[in-house]
Amino acid sequence: MSFMQIKDLCVHYPIRGGFFNRVVDHVYAVDGVNMEFEKGKTYGLVGESGSGKSTTGKAIIGLEKITSGSIIYEGENVTNQRRERTSAYNRDIQMIFQDSHSSMNPRKRIKDIIAEPIRNFLKLSDQEENRRINELLAIVGMPEDAKYKYPHEFSGGQKQRIGIARAVACNPKMIIADEPVSALDLSVQAQVLNFMKDIQQEYGLSYLFISHDLGVVKHMCDHISIMYKGRFVETGRREDVYKNPQHIYTQRLLSAIPNIEPSTRIARKAERQGVEAIYQTEQHKYYDENGKVYALKQLSSTHSVAMSTQDKGGN
Amino acid sequence: MASSENLLTIRNLHTGFRIKDTYYNAVDDVSINLNKNEILAIVGESGCGKSTLATSILGLHVANNTKVTGEILYKDLNLAGLPEDKFNSIRGNDIGMIFQDPLSALNPLMRIGEQISESLVYHTKFTKEQRVERVLELLNQVGIPNPERVANQFPHQLSGGMRQRVIIAIAIACKPAIIVADEPTTALDVTIQAQILDLLKELQAETKSGIILITHDLGVVAEVADRVAVMYAGQIIEEAPVEELFNNPKHPYTRSLLNSIPQMNSENEKLQVIKGLVPSLKNLPRQGCRFSSRIPWIAADAHEENPVLHEVAPGHLVRCTCWKHFDFEGAEGGQLR
Repeated sequence: MSFMQIKDLCVHYPIRGGFFNRVVDHVYAVDGVNMEFEKGKTYGLVGESGSGKSTTGKAIIGLEKITSGSIIYEGENVTNQRRERTSAYNRDIQMIFQDSHSSMNPRKRIKDIIAEPIRNFLKLSDQEENRRINELLAIVGMPEDAKYKYPHEFSGGQKQRIGIARAVACNPKMIIADEPVSALDLSVQAQVLNFMKDIQQEYGLSYLFISHDLGVVKHMCDHISIMYKGRFVETGRREDVYKNPQHIYTQRLLSAIPNIEPSTRIARKAERQGVEAIYQTEQHKYYDENGKVYALKQLSSTHSVAMSTQDKGGN
Repeated sequence: MASSENLLTIRNLHTGFRIKDTYYNAVDDVSINLNKNEILAIVGESGCGKSTLATSILGLHVANNTKVTGEILYKDLNLAGLPEDKFNSIRGNDIGMIFQDPLSALNPLMRIGEQISESLVYHTKFTKEQRVERVLELLNQVGIPNPERVANQFPHQLSGGMRQRVIIAIAIACKPAIIVADEPTTALDVTIQAQILDLLKELQAETKSGIILITHDLGVVAEVADRVAVMYAGQIIEEAPVEELFNNPKHPYTRSLLNSIPQMNSENEKLQVIKGLVPSLKNLPRQGCRFSSRIPWIAADAHEENPVLHEVAPGHLVRCTCWKHFDFEGAEGGQLR
């Protein structure tokens, strides 16, 4: 059973101009997104820059004001609420940021950075708090004396791990990870990804994994949604999306991923050009006259694709 | 595919940066050559010296804080330590450079057309009309639709992919023999990346130039490169033709890197983690195998005292002898915690 549902989420930014700075138009950053989260699963949100994937993540956690739609958390509507520090939702949903360095106060010690959610949500004595911090540092594989240091004394991978320690400090149910490994080197990336999987198994966490890297998403996620201009173009289980992509946008993305097999180079280029040709000729099937994608249509119990309803017979 | 005509030869290149009156070599004894009509990829993690190598070739270092020694031979000229006025006739004319971040590489106050014609003014005797014509031709060549309009636009009016195309147009404006591309697609989305890489390959096939492609993305390397050099801690640790490197990697570092890529079919497996960190410039081990601290389960006598490159197959060079004894088994258990 899902513990959290997102219904028809919209985030629109007004564009102002003209007389008296009136609202002349809107940017539809997120435009009607539906999601459901189950315990212990990883949900991938993929898209190119500007597709609204980060805005979706921020809107869910409450960093971005939701224009319309609702977030239901354990049967309770938590949309745009003025939430208190003791709110269960704030405690249970945490976030890992892309740039771990700028997500930490440079003038605080690691101890205080990790303790911040603990101080906000849990009433622990100094001793208990100290024990919890040591525990968290052990979980992310850092030595205990790290807590007296400042963020700048750590490398990128270490900082990202401190960010994870902070996110798991209050035993959350779900972590929104916004491009957690994009800024890291390959071997460090592998470290952080392995580690995220480990704590998921240990604590039954759910992740919303936001990334533009389809290889990483495939490695991490059970359920994947592809986003384009604020809407989902395709959503389904990992196998659905990777083995049987239906939307042309998904096919384009998949064909563009570099493969580490040099011998397939020519074949892959031909495939890419094939997909591009279909994209050019059959746009009307996938995008309406304003360039927007259609509403999602279910293909199987897990797999949905945004396609025009009229063309259904032709497929 | 690559003809063996030699374009650029780098021999024993050292590039050192000054920190408190001591020079620390970020590029340490690199020897490599670039052939005509070839894409040579240089791969490595951040801090391994790959970008420093690129900027050394183009002489973009501030002279009073850096020391470039060794030989960078291009057409009987040694580019290492060449005086600035002579370098100016080479930069942009014989060697073009493509930068990583297209927005910060372009001047926000100049129109696209002007920026492209800048190097034409410098290096050619074109008249104004000829320059305009050449600019439009270049924009067309890099696949920008409606070149007349774009030439009059400013960088902020273009998308990331278009900006990178403009950067490429600038780099190839004077038909350089060598193009140095420093992470040309890192800032771009995958679909745009595929387009830019295809474009680079097409341009190279047309002009028969040599491209040095610097990247950390092994996927990109597999897509476009002809030959690959892997760098670690300022040194080249493995060099091979692209298929040989991916099918038959030898050095522990290369093998670990390849194993740490999340692959399309690695869903539930653990990724390979390389223990430890890339040593910082100041703490770089100057003796012995520089990778030894990250594979501590390999016995010390497996390493060479002064590791050199050994040829293990035609064109395939590997530094040190530790690869013969290397396996991943010792890494188990100690992966993170």
